[in-house]
Amino acid sequence: MIPLQGYLVIAAVLFVLGLFCVMTRRNAVTILMGIELILNSANVNFIAFARYCAPDIQGHVFAIFVIIMAAAEAAIALAIVLNLYKRINSIDVDEVDMMRG
Amino acid sequence: MSDEIRLGVFLGFGMITLVSGAVVALARTIIYSVFALLFTFFGVAGLYVLLHADFLAATQVMIYVGGILVLLLFGVMLTHKIATVQLRSASMQRGPAALICGGLLALLLYVIFKTPWPVKELGPATPTVQRIGRYLMTDYLLAFEVISVLLFAVLVGAALMARRETNR
Repeated sequence: MIPLQGYLVIAAVLFVLGLFCVMTRRNAVTILMGIELILNSANVNFIAFARYCAPDIQGHVFAIFVIIMAAAEAAIALAIVLNLYKRINSIDVDEVDMMRG
Repeated sequence: MSDEIRLGVFLGFGMITLVSGAVVALARTIIYSVFALLFTFFGVAGLYVLLHADFLAATQVMIYVGGILVLLLFGVMLTHKIATVQLRSASMQRGPAALICGGLLALLLYVIFKTPWPVKELGPATPTVQRIGRYLMTDYLLAFEVISVLLFAVLVGAALMARRETNR
């Protein structure tokens, strides 16, 4: 049988890849993809623990909420990105400094 | 299903997930990243099936592949002049980022293999849909209602932000 650690290692590597994507990319859409990778790795952990450690499947309910949050976040973030592109004709996150952040 | 087949399927889905995840993080062309993300989502859905999460696997395929990925593709297509600008995604500060991520990965692996996880006796696969529905309507009813309000707000907000400003 597959040990719990197998799933945890896959989730950890996926999380690190998503973090690397968020840290190095300058394109806003690609950063969003990195965030999706991170959320997916968290979901793998939730469901692996629900299968291996928890008495029942509450982890599945949490994973459903995470998926809903990811969908909402992607919709709002892409609406913002489209607006940004309409205004300054670029989605490079280094060039978005109107608020001097 | 015998244990060898199960392990082989697990390794296959794990490799699909990790290799395409690496392509998402490292590819120079955005379109490659988006399509690699498709394979990552499918690989994760396969892992869910192996973990006996049938409802979650179906939800993953429907919402991520059918919804979020299409949204991301729209984002890529709408924010690049395809005829003139090449669809490239520059990256920066790869060295420090690789250092931090590698250190974090080493720490995570250390924790994963050092912790004595309280693994229970694994039972046979049972359908999860009914139990998930019962949890959503009893223990997690408040969260369920709040997230439905959130989704409504997102629907209205995204439509309002993304539309053309006509009467101004």
